[in-house]
Amino acid sequence: MLNTIFMPEISLLLMALILFFMTLGNFRTGTVQAISLVLAAITLVITIASLGTQGLMFYDAYQIDALSQLFKVVIVLGLFLVFFLGTGLTGIEEKLHTEYNMFLTISAMGLMFLSSSVELLTILLSLEISSYALYVVIPFRRGKGRIHVESGIKYILFGAVSTGLTLYGMSYVFGLAHTTYLSELQEVMPALVATQPLAVLAIILVMIAFFYKLAMFPMHFWAPDVYQGAATETTSFVATLPKVAAVLLLLRFVAVAGFDVSQVTWVLGTIAVLSMTLGNLSALVQTDLKRLLAYSSIAHAGYVMLGILTADEVGMSAAVFYVIGYLLMNLGIFFVLYNIAPKGQNVTFDDLKGLSRRSPLLALTLLVAAFSMAGVPPTIGFIGKFMLFTGAIHEGFYALVIIAVINAAAAAFYYLKMARAAYCAADSDLEVIVLPFGAKIMGTFFILVIILIGALPQSLLAAAKAAVATLL
Amino acid sequence: MENYLILNTLNFPILSTLLILPVIGAIVAMFLRGDTMLKYWGLAVTLVTALASLPLWSSFDQTTAKYQFVELRHWFPALHLDYVLGVDGISVLLVLLTTLIMPLCILCSWTYIKTRWKEFVIVTLLMETAMLGVFLSLNTVLFYIFWEGMLVPMYLIIAIWGGARKDYASIKFFLYTFAGSIFLLVAIIAMYITTGTFFIPELMDHSFGFSYQMWIFSACAIGFAIKMPMFPFHTWLPAAHVEAPVAGSVILASILLKMGGYGFLRFCLPMAPAATAYCMPFMIVMSLVSIIVGGYLALGQSDIKKLIAYSSVGHMGFVTLGIFLLNDAGIKGAMLQMLNHGVTTGALFILIGIIYERTHSREIADNSKLGMFMPIYVTFLGIFSLSSLAFPGTNSFVSEFLVLYGAFDKFPLVGAVSILGAILAAAYMLRLLQKMVWDDSDGHVHHGHDDHEGGESHALFDCNAREFIQLAFLTVFVFWIGLHPTPLLDMMDSSVTHLLHQIDAGSIVPEAVKHGESHALLENAGAWIKNLF
Repeated sequence: MLNTIFMPEISLLLMALILFFMTLGNFRTGTVQAISLVLAAITLVITIASLGTQGLMFYDAYQIDALSQLFKVVIVLGLFLVFFLGTGLTGIEEKLHTEYNMFLTISAMGLMFLSSSVELLTILLSLEISSYALYVVIPFRRGKGRIHVESGIKYILFGAVSTGLTLYGMSYVFGLAHTTYLSELQEVMPALVATQPLAVLAIILVMIAFFYKLAMFPMHFWAPDVYQGAATETTSFVATLPKVAAVLLLLRFVAVAGFDVSQVTWVLGTIAVLSMTLGNLSALVQTDLKRLLAYSSIAHAGYVMLGILTADEVGMSAAVFYVIGYLLMNLGIFFVLYNIAPKGQNVTFDDLKGLSRRSPLLALTLLVAAFSMAGVPPTIGFIGKFMLFTGAIHEGFYALVIIAVINAAAAAFYYLKMARAAYCAADSDLEVIVLPFGAKIMGTFFILVIILIGALPQSLLAAAKAAVATLL
Repeated sequence: MENYLILNTLNFPILSTLLILPVIGAIVAMFLRGDTMLKYWGLAVTLVTALASLPLWSSFDQTTAKYQFVELRHWFPALHLDYVLGVDGISVLLVLLTTLIMPLCILCSWTYIKTRWKEFVIVTLLMETAMLGVFLSLNTVLFYIFWEGMLVPMYLIIAIWGGARKDYASIKFFLYTFAGSIFLLVAIIAMYITTGTFFIPELMDHSFGFSYQMWIFSACAIGFAIKMPMFPFHTWLPAAHVEAPVAGSVILASILLKMGGYGFLRFCLPMAPAATAYCMPFMIVMSLVSIIVGGYLALGQSDIKKLIAYSSVGHMGFVTLGIFLLNDAGIKGAMLQMLNHGVTTGALFILIGIIYERTHSREIADNSKLGMFMPIYVTFLGIFSLSSLAFPGTNSFVSEFLVLYGAFDKFPLVGAVSILGAILAAAYMLRLLQKMVWDDSDGHVHHGHDDHEGGESHALFDCNAREFIQLAFLTVFVFWIGLHPTPLLDMMDSSVTHLLHQIDAGSIVPEAVKHGESHALLENAGAWIKNLF
């Protein structure tokens, strides 16, 4: 029994081990990528098979439920897509390719542990497993520049600070409630939050590490520099998978803090507003697309928070739905960026010009993903925003929704700028981008998924609802 | 739910067919090669769609205000979101207008669009589906999806095939309308939370509290006023019109602008009747300002497209004026004015496209003295200009007459002011006509047959058969509606009567506000704002 419900983690662990042994030998990039993809695919199948299982492990610190399994599927799917979209690993130092895949796998494994952890120290350990692997990976970028080392250091420093703050918060929580188990905290915390300001502070401090992962105000400073400094493949990982896990943990903590509108809600609401406004306003003036996506991710973190803070079924399932959609559309854009820059350089708006001539498929993928980010129907991004707003209005947060709506309108500008750059004529004739067969499949996959889930969101939404039901 | 609907009396799902035909056409177009092939394919698909829509005219039941040809499928059961399509007297004519204008959009682009025909056909066909979807949806979310989905193809049409300042114009168009309509989304969700339904007829029957109605009304009205466009929100229109390719201008003028008026009639009036009655004076004043300002600005333009764009602001002012008069003649006049504007202004933009292809200029001064070279063109120009200034016997006369009648019936002063708009229309259209057909006052004959070197000498040939057919087709409507509008008015009759009933039944509340305590509204709003935070 234990073994079958723990199979996804074991599979990923084996994958990391196999990759570790491969680092000892000398393999061509193609081989490494093929093996990684196959192993990731196997893990994906195993994880999907584990959907619906339930159980508690390791002295009840590790909980397998609908929520964790759904997020594990998303994490493994994301890992698979990240491997797939960066097939050539052109942005990574040649001799580090095997190590690169190994560290990404370990980080994904940490995130997987994180999605099942229901005890504060286990959460911290899982978080650190996933973070440390990423700290190593960010400076792996090809080339002599200092920018990737700088961004690596920034990521570590901010990570260390946020982890420290989280630990500090955990000490308060333990001092107040005398337990580190979320299930026990859930019984005592609501009363404490209602009466003791310290409990509010403690909960918010505990969340800091996840604000950091989610690139949410006030822990957002690293995002633009790290996005810009890391290779596109790395950025596509940093920008998506840790955020998915962070949303899950924030959901768990909000559930712990209680469902009544409390001071925690007000703090989270303020953070959400600041995050989306700051992110959108800064994104308006960016020229480097990765920097722009970093600011846009700060804004999206604000939108997701709108669903998390409602702490009811509609809002939380909307947050789950939104973050899954966000993963897909964000990876769609990174897929385009990766394929535009064959040498792994950063992409600016000028590089997008004439893209529709150079590669119609890439241009269409960018168009669909950008409009989805902006929330134009019939895409996954629209349904996500629609559900988030529905959840928030349902709980009476009209002001938050109106601010979010104004933000969404402002954000449309820079997403539109991307689409426009791709479809306007280039000044000079650029060479055609020839996509390998795999990339063509990938582009078509992103276009279809973003539009089809947008048009028929029923089953994914039902899965999200079933998942958050375990929190309520 | 079935109380409001008449299930489809035809034996096949005609409305879904209308929606799906262009999509299938667009998908097939992806695999076609060769510009000529694509042109004919686009034309064929739009023509078939137009033919398929004709049963809506012949089988429409004029005696009922219920929704007809209804199709109902469950789509998203968790949220009670259904796929409901249907038409009534308010939407059916707009649907027909859309299907009939679209083939002309392909035809008028025949030589105007020179690059990327494949994308053009795909985008235009998707545009048709989205526009039809707006008029056919009986579900607020479905409506919103088509409403927003329409922005993307329109944006691409301007951004890819537009003129020199296409970047500016396309972004301005998108952001303006997106910002407006996103408030509509908030209203839609808020109404859903209160009533538990997205179904438009049920929302119409639900009576909301007065201050709630005010919020709903303002949220919707911003979106629709921008689309319309009404006076303070009109600045995107000239930019978009001037830069759009001819097909884009025709779609914008003929169909897109109608969605604002349609939105007012579908959402604001029946769902927030008390708020409508309360805001009526304000909306009427803004309509008058639109009429006067639109006409006044049109008077000063030297760019033909800009002139027509500003004249659209004025004409749409008559539409909002008619709608917010809240009487039978006003609303019927407004709806007829929407159709007429679609026919007349669409034709004027086609005419501009024709002359632009020959002289490559939209300046009035560069296109003068055309009477010497292009008699057929000038004839059509004359007909549509007269129609635009509401000359008796043409279509616009009937609709403006109805609106003015409604205005004088209710507020004579409003009627008197709006007459001024009609005079302005005559002034700028006759000035345009005179300059383009006869004028040689500036003395330089720049496109003459003989004083230019060889390459330019064929510049001014008259309309060819393709252009003649488009214009002749629209001319039929000018005189048909102008001389015998009864069939159209009959079609909208029961729906308009029903709408007026809804407004009368719902607008009792503001009486209490008007008399009694006029501060009640303010207090309500204050309480509301407090609730917000």
